Amino acid sequence: MRRAIEIDGLSKRFGRRAVFERFDLFVEPGETLAILGASGCGKSTLLRCIAGLVRPDSGTIAVRDELGFVFQEPRLLPWLTVEKNVAFAARSDVERARVRDVLELVGLTGAAHLLPKQLSGGMAQRAALARTLVRNPKILLLDEPLSALDALLRLELQSSLAQIIRETESTAVLVTHAVDEALYLADRVAVLDGAPARQSLELTVPSALRRSHTADLTHERIALLSALGIENRVPKRSHRGLRVVGP
Amino acid sequence: MFRTPNRPAALALSLAVPVGLLVAWFLATSLGGIKTYQLASPADVARELGVLWSNGLLWRHLAASIERVLLGFGFALVFAILFASIVGLSRPVEAALDPTLQAIRSIPSLAWVPLLLLWLGIGEDAKVTLIAIGAFFPIYVNLVSGIRNVDRKLVEVGQVLGLGRIELARRVVLPAALPSLLVGARIGLTQAWLFLVAAELLASTRGLGFMLTEGQQIARTDEILTAIVLLALCGKFSESIMRAIEKRLLHWTDGLPA
Repeated sequence: MRRAIEIDGLSKRFGRRAVFERFDLFVEPGETLAILGASGCGKSTLLRCIAGLVRPDSGTIAVRDELGFVFQEPRLLPWLTVEKNVAFAARSDVERARVRDVLELVGLTGAAHLLPKQLSGGMAQRAALARTLVRNPKILLLDEPLSALDALLRLELQSSLAQIIRETESTAVLVTHAVDEALYLADRVAVLDGAPARQSLELTVPSALRRSHTADLTHERIALLSALGIENRVPKRSHRGLRVVGP
Repeated sequence: MFRTPNRPAALALSLAVPVGLLVAWFLATSLGGIKTYQLASPADVARELGVLWSNGLLWRHLAASIERVLLGFGFALVFAILFASIVGLSRPVEAALDPTLQAIRSIPSLAWVPLLLLWLGIGEDAKVTLIAIGAFFPIYVNLVSGIRNVDRKLVEVGQVLGLGRIELARRVVLPAALPSLLVGARIGLTQAWLFLVAAELLASTRGLGFMLTEGQQIARTDEILTAIVLLALCGKFSESIMRAIEKRLLHWTDGLPA
């Protein structure tokens, strides 16, 4: 089957700083890939390259389906109500007819008439998600969409997000710096480090343990933390689903 | 520390200074310290207003001035939005046009008068044009800066949704720049009243500026003061209207109330 996203030999510099150098990555259709890395390692740039917001210096990025992008902040247009913000993204009558449905999907039916300034952080981020979903994109690019929220709300929205990704049968690329969020939402986790960024670790979350806040993923957590340089123990290469990439 | 006074208190505070000035004016003229030909008393001004009201001249002068201000301001608004949108949305156009417009802006308004009189004669056209020139620049400058300062993050939202340049301008950039446009329009309207007086001082047979020149020529301070009071009222009234429009159109902003 053709891959949903295929990045081949991506290079990008900002001034003298090389963020990517001949970087490769792929995403399978229907898969949720989490990209984990410390701040400034280039994971947001990667997503922005895929979305066409940043032009790579060289390399190819093949995207095989329509994209939807969710930013770290809600970025709602402050002069439009929630409903009109969602309708803002609609291009056809079919999509306009979906506005009510996606508001229901994200649990904002009762807030449709509110202005962004009247929303809490969680509601605003749900509205932003609805705006992305109204076009029914097959691929979701999520740029730390929950990082501005408090811990409890984040857990709640993680569940919503997981459910929405499943119900819409989307392919998703989630950029995050939260290990638990990556393990909860993703089928596969890629760790980026260094400048230029390279993929230092790839990990498949065992399918039986996915989308559970209480699953015992201690080994995976240790592997990711050590790849991020936080934990000293070295992950075993033979461990389930784990692949240490590079030197 | 900066407690906002409640409505009646705020009204009383805002009236305190004008009432004080009125009392001081009354005392200065009634105690005989100042001659009427130097400064008419409030009673003289009230009487003059009554006369103008009853012989219909009040409305004739007011209507002439209001019409000129509205016309000049209207033209300024249309052209300023047009130019500011083009300049604000396109760097090459900005590089080509903006320096020239900034240079024109720095010309003192009255320097235009001889040229306008030569080109357009002493009729309405020259007056309206002068007012339009005066009102144009505050609107233009504010809107260009408003467009320039639109949150880049909102523009990116339009970009990831695949909006073209025109759609992006129409649906994201210009609405986001509306607060700046309205501030510019409010200042522009004040400028329009300022330029109205300059225009009417030159050559006119009616209008508040004409009342000023006429009062000076026949040494009638009551007529001059009446015109000044009317100008103050018109200015304040139009400012209030603009603020009401701002409040209505900008209910979505999250800032402190103006």
